[in-house]
Amino acid sequence: MGLVSWLFILPFVTALAVIMTPAGRSDLVRKIALAGTSLHLLLTGYIVYKFIQVATFSGEGVKEALITQLYLVEKITWFESLGIQYFVGLDGISLFMVVLTSIVIFTGILASWSVVERSKEFFALLLILVSGVFGVFVSFDLFMFFMFYEVAVLPMYLLIGIWGTGPKEYSAMKLTMMLMASSALILVGFLALYHGSGLETFDLIEISKVHFPIAFQNWVFPTIFIGFGVIGALYPFHTWSPDGHSSAPTAVSMLHAGVLMKLGGYGALRIGLYLLPEGAQNWALFFMGLTTINIIYGAFAAIKQKDLKFFTAYSSVSHCGFVLFGIVTLNMIGVKGAVIQMFSHGIMTALFFGLIGMVYGRTKTRIVTEMGGLAKVMPWLAVCFYVAGLASLGLPGLAGFIAESHVFLGGFIGNPWTDATTMRVLTVIATMSIVVTAVYVLRGLGQVFQGPLKEQFKTITDATLTEKISTGVLVATLAIVGLAPWFFIDLIEGAIYPLINRLSLNANTWMTF
Amino acid sequence: MNELANNALANSFAFNNAWLIPALPFFSFLLVGLFIRPYSEKLAGIVATLSVSTSAALSLWLAFDYFSAFPAGAEHPALVSWSFQWLRYNEYLVVNVGTLIDSLSILLMVVVTFVSSLVHLYSIGYMKGEDGYGRYFTYLNLFTFSMLGLVVAPNILQTYIFWELVGVSSFLLIGFYYTKPSAVAASKKAFIVTRFADLFFLVGILLIAVVGYNLMSLFGVPNGLPENVSAFDFAFITNSGVSTMMNNFGILTPALILIFIGAAGKSALFPLHIWLPDAMEGPTPVSALIHAATMVVAGVYLVARLFVTFAASESALLVAAYLGAFTCIFAAIIACTQNDIKRVLAYSTLSQIGYMMFALGVASATETLGYTASLFHLFTHAFFKALLFLGAGAVIHSVHTNNIWNMGGLAKKMPITNITFLIATLAISGVWPFAGFFSKDEIIAAAFGNHHYVIFAIGLLVAGITAFYMFRIYIVTFLGKARSEAVDHAHEAPMTMTIPLMILAALTAVVGFIHFGDYVSVASIITGDATGHAEGGFPIWIPALLSGLTGIGIAWFMYGGEKDRATAVTEKLGVIYRVICAKFYIDEIYQFITHKIIIRFISTPIAWFDKRIVDGGVDLTGWLTRRSGATLSHLQTGQTQTYAAWLINGVIAVVVIIWLYAS
Repeated sequence: MGLVSWLFILPFVTALAVIMTPAGRSDLVRKIALAGTSLHLLLTGYIVYKFIQVATFSGEGVKEALITQLYLVEKITWFESLGIQYFVGLDGISLFMVVLTSIVIFTGILASWSVVERSKEFFALLLILVSGVFGVFVSFDLFMFFMFYEVAVLPMYLLIGIWGTGPKEYSAMKLTMMLMASSALILVGFLALYHGSGLETFDLIEISKVHFPIAFQNWVFPTIFIGFGVIGALYPFHTWSPDGHSSAPTAVSMLHAGVLMKLGGYGALRIGLYLLPEGAQNWALFFMGLTTINIIYGAFAAIKQKDLKFFTAYSSVSHCGFVLFGIVTLNMIGVKGAVIQMFSHGIMTALFFGLIGMVYGRTKTRIVTEMGGLAKVMPWLAVCFYVAGLASLGLPGLAGFIAESHVFLGGFIGNPWTDATTMRVLTVIATMSIVVTAVYVLRGLGQVFQGPLKEQFKTITDATLTEKISTGVLVATLAIVGLAPWFFIDLIEGAIYPLINRLSLNANTWMTF
Repeated sequence: MNELANNALANSFAFNNAWLIPALPFFSFLLVGLFIRPYSEKLAGIVATLSVSTSAALSLWLAFDYFSAFPAGAEHPALVSWSFQWLRYNEYLVVNVGTLIDSLSILLMVVVTFVSSLVHLYSIGYMKGEDGYGRYFTYLNLFTFSMLGLVVAPNILQTYIFWELVGVSSFLLIGFYYTKPSAVAASKKAFIVTRFADLFFLVGILLIAVVGYNLMSLFGVPNGLPENVSAFDFAFITNSGVSTMMNNFGILTPALILIFIGAAGKSALFPLHIWLPDAMEGPTPVSALIHAATMVVAGVYLVARLFVTFAASESALLVAAYLGAFTCIFAAIIACTQNDIKRVLAYSTLSQIGYMMFALGVASATETLGYTASLFHLFTHAFFKALLFLGAGAVIHSVHTNNIWNMGGLAKKMPITNITFLIATLAISGVWPFAGFFSKDEIIAAAFGNHHYVIFAIGLLVAGITAFYMFRIYIVTFLGKARSEAVDHAHEAPMTMTIPLMILAALTAVVGFIHFGDYVSVASIITGDATGHAEGGFPIWIPALLSGLTGIGIAWFMYGGEKDRATAVTEKLGVIYRVICAKFYIDEIYQFITHKIIIRFISTPIAWFDKRIVDGGVDLTGWLTRRSGATLSHLQTGQTQTYAAWLINGVIAVVVIIWLYAS
């Protein structure tokens, strides 16, 4: 097995090890899980190092590429008759997402240190889920992609249904049903691509060499975009998110909002934009309208929320809007912004949900009006919460600003296929979210951490060591991405060129088979 | 940079390492915040103060070297002493973080580091024993770093980045007493109001940068600019060819007005001024630093930085002139009625910034005296206003109240504070030979010289009102007899607090004599004499000084004697007085718009719509599925006959369909 395969094998093996621990040893279970994810972090680090060694990020070849260049590829024929292969590899976007997932699962394990009830099953499911996520990010065969996608989505039902809080059965069912319906759309799209290409293969790179007829693209693109849009919280298919997130246990919310929602943006980009550029051109304005609603609507809805988790869930709806908005700007800067936003929102929202879990564990309430003055007793958590909040309102120096500034510039620069004025107007509407976000973040945080401290909270203690490591890693990541964007920007840019270059191609210059 | 090779600056340590000036407070912020604060609060204060003082020393050194290389009256070029490619959006949209050195940035660097180090020193005494002492110095360092990063920015995106950081540090400092609800509310208000203005600033940047990018990708880099210029660079934006082209496309004025709204938010111009008086909830030294001398003048700085571009668009400058003048008189009127010493100073800051802004506004491409006058006033105001706030802080520290009517007779108890406060009051009232006399006079002369007679009249009138309300608080606070028991226990502030007062007082007395126009002007870019002090023609200083003296006289008449003459006046004014006292109900109007309209008519309906309609639709789908499942389950009767009947019906239906299709 090559290096890249270990990315999803390792969590799976860890899950098996967790299952095989003797009953009643929840301390051992979480230690194994932590060891597995720490090892994974190291593996990811090594892969980044390898990737940087072998990959080229700039130069004419990269800038004019039409076909995604993969590195560290492993390709084995699996079912020849059906055209299915075992095909994994990495490009800059995948690598970036892998790093995100690795960080989030590591901190998620640390944040669920106190889970004791059926901890074996809990950690095993969590690790299986994350193994599916890694699988999606490295698969370049549509069949494998879909298989891993289902592996990532299904454990959520059990994780919320068993370990959740509040109306957990309802939320788990709703989430699963909506995501299954979206999977059906994705499957339809994939099968259409499989048959439409006439190649009888699921190989994504091979399919990308085909130019699909415009009429075909016009119906497959929205199918795929909406299919992935559901998990990416595209308005009006976002309603699984507030209920799902608020019922889920801490680590599940962290992974779900932090990583799983990114599968939506990733799929829309990798499959939708890459394979169906002309479909994207024709539908760009429509989806730009929807995602603008996402951004503003989520932000306004967040103002009215009283429950910290609902509040963060609506803020996620708003921020995930930036991802999809960036994609449909159809230009380099906007798409780059979408990718960075996936990362930045992933880290930011994992931090939010992790912190909410920690605060809830101490106060036994998530209703903001019942708290107050908590900064006095939990300074560490307060500082981390403020960092997350400031990142979400796009403060320069933290990751959110890098992403949002790209998306806004992308929206302003426009593209040849969409009316420039309309795009600018929509972008200006989207920028208004920076004020609305400031309003709800400061209101919410102010109510929780500032003001007089309530009597019943005077004995609360600050973060434990595991919690400090977990939140500290996420805060540091937000700051590093925000302060030193030059580290990774070329890496992402190199991977986006093929996606963008295909947009401006004329139909008859395409390779035909 | 090339011509620097044979230039004295090439060997200047301060010039080559100018990045240290903002970087030192940043390092100290990290060091103090992460490592020192948890162990020793006392050391935190000392380290923070030392780092900023070192920056101050470096700034003075840099100023010395720069003005030795380019002496008074000579051309003062803008040089980038250090830069680093921080973020690259595309080939023409690059953010090169760096340090831009010209007379404007040096002026601001000196002011910021100097006032900041005095405020740090003062705070060691003022904040002694406060809960969160170390945290306070961490924030103060963060603020100083951000403000310095802002003033050295060579491109507009760096300005925006630090602009936001300045806003956050201000938010943290205003809300320093975070258990106090009024401080929390004030900090939120300050952040959100300025953020609202920043939204326009951001859109302005987007517009100017994207049009700049389009221009460069169509026509290439404009003449006279380096090949690697970015559309964010001030060098690009202030290029005359670029401004002309943007003006032809009709985007220059809108973009500049958007940027100006951002400036108006930070500089608290009407109607975005509402956050500043509330910001007085923060510790008093913070008000001296942020809300008097440095952050609130960022808007003036921004317009000055883009002055050449503004000058290319007549209407943008006119907006600045009239909004500035209106704020100037509007805030001065309110200041006359307030009883909280810090709020009076806050309104006076608004009014003085109004002066600076309209001074920029009345300047034009050919007549640039207003530009020099504005920055001169920025310079002198920083000293005397910081002094006023720090003096007020000493008083508040001693009597534990902000209400001037609980003070009185403090002159004897606090002699140093009294003298220094008096000097600052004379300076802001425009009395010779203190700093305010020179700079204010120059502003009024600039308005007159460029034929803005309405603004000229406002400037003259407000000079009198300023003198009136400042002497009102001086007389009530320091003279007469004690008005409450708190005064009996009053005592002079400790040395760490009085030393900064004395230094600032000494400066206030002398800086007016600097021939400022020789150092800071835009004459080098556009023809026209920008130097000189209201020379020739009509001596403007006579009416200006008279106006100030009249104000002092009225204040003396109303508050100086034993008899209470003020009450009679307020009673006569009746409704007008009450409206002014309530600050023209601007806060209430805002309250109405935000709570009644935005929350009730936008946010609440959206939350409801999401819960009932969008989510209801999903639930309805689920319900329909369950219902149809339940209905269809009745078909499963278990009777073979029923199944056979359905089977036959089905076959017939299929055959019919195929037959229809085929024919």
